[in-house]
Amino acid sequence: MPESLLEITGLTKAYPGVVANNDVSFTINKGEVHALLGENGAGKSTLVKMIYGLVNPDAGEMRLNGTSFAPDSPNRARASGVAMVFQHFSLFDALSVAENIALGMDNAPAPRELAKSIEDVSHAYGLPLEPKRIVGTLSAGERQRVEIIRCLLQNPKLLIMDEPTSVLTPQEVEILFQTLRQLKAEGTSILYISHKLEEIRALCDTATILRHGEKVATCIPASTTARDMAEMMVGASFSNPVKAQREIGETLLQVDNLRSQSADPFGTSLRAISFEVKAGEILGIGGVAGNGQDELLAALSGEMRTGADTIRLKRHAIGRLGPNKRRELGLLSAPEERLGHAAAPGMSLKENSVVTAARRMGLLNSGFINWSTTEQFTQQVIADFDVRTPGTHTPAGSLSGGNLQKFVVGREVSQQPEVLVINQPTWGVDAAAAASIRQKLLDLADNGAGVIVISQDLDELLEISDYFCALNEGTLSATYPTAELELDQIGLMMGGSHGAGQEGAQ
Amino acid sequence: MIRFEKRLNPSRATTILTPFIAVLLTMIAGGIMFAALGKDPVEAIRIIFWDPLFDPNFADYSRPQLLVKAGPLILIAIGLSVGFRAGIWNIGAEGQYIMGAIFGAATALAVYPIESPLIFPAMVIAGALGGWLWAMIPAILRTKFKTNEILVSLMLVYVAESILASVAQGVLKNPDGYGFPGSRNLQQYPSAFNEEVFANSGMHWGVITAFIAVIFTYVMMTRHIRGFEVRLMGEAPKAARFAGVSTTRLVVFCLGFSGALAGLAGMFEVSGPSGQITIDFNTGYGFTAIIVAFLGRLHPIGILLAGLLMALTYIGGELAQLMLGLPGASIQLFQGMLLLFLLATDIFTNYRLRLGGAH
Repeated sequence: MPESLLEITGLTKAYPGVVANNDVSFTINKGEVHALLGENGAGKSTLVKMIYGLVNPDAGEMRLNGTSFAPDSPNRARASGVAMVFQHFSLFDALSVAENIALGMDNAPAPRELAKSIEDVSHAYGLPLEPKRIVGTLSAGERQRVEIIRCLLQNPKLLIMDEPTSVLTPQEVEILFQTLRQLKAEGTSILYISHKLEEIRALCDTATILRHGEKVATCIPASTTARDMAEMMVGASFSNPVKAQREIGETLLQVDNLRSQSADPFGTSLRAISFEVKAGEILGIGGVAGNGQDELLAALSGEMRTGADTIRLKRHAIGRLGPNKRRELGLLSAPEERLGHAAAPGMSLKENSVVTAARRMGLLNSGFINWSTTEQFTQQVIADFDVRTPGTHTPAGSLSGGNLQKFVVGREVSQQPEVLVINQPTWGVDAAAAASIRQKLLDLADNGAGVIVISQDLDELLEISDYFCALNEGTLSATYPTAELELDQIGLMMGGSHGAGQEGAQ
Repeated sequence: MIRFEKRLNPSRATTILTPFIAVLLTMIAGGIMFAALGKDPVEAIRIIFWDPLFDPNFADYSRPQLLVKAGPLILIAIGLSVGFRAGIWNIGAEGQYIMGAIFGAATALAVYPIESPLIFPAMVIAGALGGWLWAMIPAILRTKFKTNEILVSLMLVYVAESILASVAQGVLKNPDGYGFPGSRNLQQYPSAFNEEVFANSGMHWGVITAFIAVIFTYVMMTRHIRGFEVRLMGEAPKAARFAGVSTTRLVVFCLGFSGALAGLAGMFEVSGPSGQITIDFNTGYGFTAIIVAFLGRLHPIGILLAGLLMALTYIGGELAQLMLGLPGASIQLFQGMLLLFLLATDIFTNYRLRLGGAH
């Protein structure tokens, strides 16, 4: 009989208008890797925030090692041996690794001692890290190590990891898993939050599945199929996108030696990027976030200008044109950040249609917005893309991530682009919505458009793209047909000339 | 511990209701202040809010004054509200108002005493141009050199005041004025006089222009792509750039629009109610209009009502000074309370108050 570490009974938390967790009970055993699985909005974050003392439950109780556990702050939780690595790092770019770690500790030792213990821990767990390096120069995987080591220095009994692999290359994932297995062997329990099913099957001993704030199932991932887990998570069966044979046509978009200087000292500059997209082709651009994805999208959307000939759409040199001129010529785009970039949160869906569709869809009549045409267009998008919303007047910010993303994708696809550039099409989107968005992108290519999908989700790119290349520190790798690529090769492409690939070989 | 918690959906009713609650709270707090000054609070409030409109002795004089005072406030506030919606903060409308007046008056004085129906329209154009030019200084400095338009536009108010003092005693000084500072009185120059359109109504061309500006801005903000771009920039600047909105053009447009309207207000004032360029020509309309813009929730119709309300507190305040011997500063304090309470109630529209720890 395994010994239990954390027992959770009847945990409930309601926010105005939504019950985030309803009567959730499960147990994490000592030395167990326990997966917490669920779609976005299923209540995973709220649950771990309660365990980490960031949120107080309305009802229910937790017992840690048999004694009542009700942390009212992260400090308390840490003192009791609970540590957490967040999905979004809280690190200062301009400070060194050791300084960042010291800032996050409740009673940091003297700098020299700390540097020593950072090196000790990083060697013991196979997470190489220089204490003196400036965080701004680290890759996403290395930044995550900073957070992990910060936690490990406190000798936690329970380590919570929120979507830890979303920013890692396949090789980095393997390193992380080794570390986690080592921790497990030493008796540390790990609560592992993810929606990547294969990972969970490879790593976790037990999985608790949440849906709409309630626990729907507990299962042994190793003996459950990914598809069964996905259906438990979504609560329904859904179909995977179908990839049809397509005719590849003429070259639509040509990017030649694109360079940019990032204004942000810790931003990424694009270096000599060249590629082309043909009609009926999906080009997948992989890579870990922060390697130039946003800059590349800005250069293609027209938010950032380049030399005229750097970007050519069919016979037009469009490098100097603004976003609206490019839209008129048929180059449309959808940035990663849904709220605040692709859509204005406080504005209605109808108003958000005007953001990109005003000119191409003829919503303007000598400068005046034709609101009834706009209404029709918006309703069309909502119907065609199954956007669940009370109506066209609903503010974009009140839609769930998946629904808003369906709207954003729908708004661009409905304009029948010649070329569509989309950054992170399904980031933070539930499985069913993600599948339907991918299907729409495939349909678009079937109809003869060129599609560029920039994504960190390798599975997604392998599923839908015809050609694959990767961004690393602003440089684009060579392009290969996706079908001919091995996972190792992809990892090396994502790692570029340094980083993950070499470390993986150590 | 007291905390604010963001409301998911601020109700439309509260959004409309809060200005009225703010006015009510101002009356209560102002009443307490008047009581502390040894005056009857109820009487003071009545004199400020009621007597200017309905008292048989004063209303005949006060009612036209209401439009005379509200006109420039509304005109300036409407211009400012467009920029404020986009997050472009022109705080220097007072300076643009002064420059509009100087340009307008100078145009008339340059051709004095020729009579022609073209003179007044020329003054209107010159007034708008003066305010527009003055607003272009912060606009160009911001777009070219990334200076802060709040500071630059505010500092330029003091430059404009110095120019006003200089021309009132220099180039625009009345040659027949026995050496007194100040220009000729345009009220005595028929071609330049901004006369009441309806006798004894207070309705001069500036008031009519203000009403037109209200309608124009309402249509622009709700139906025209330019108004949409302004709102988008205020809501989500990144989304605005994604929509192809040029920040530079929008900054120039917003500052130029508010500058031109402030300049118009100054021109209509100098050619009408004030009549002449004097050292103390400006009386703070440009600053009060900022309060009016926010009191009206940056909405054209709201600004129309807020301008009238603010004008009422001006006239009522003067009346209260006269009748009760209240100090002028207490009236300014009273107007300041109005803004304070408005901003305070605004918070409660978007947030709710929670007692207790971090839940």
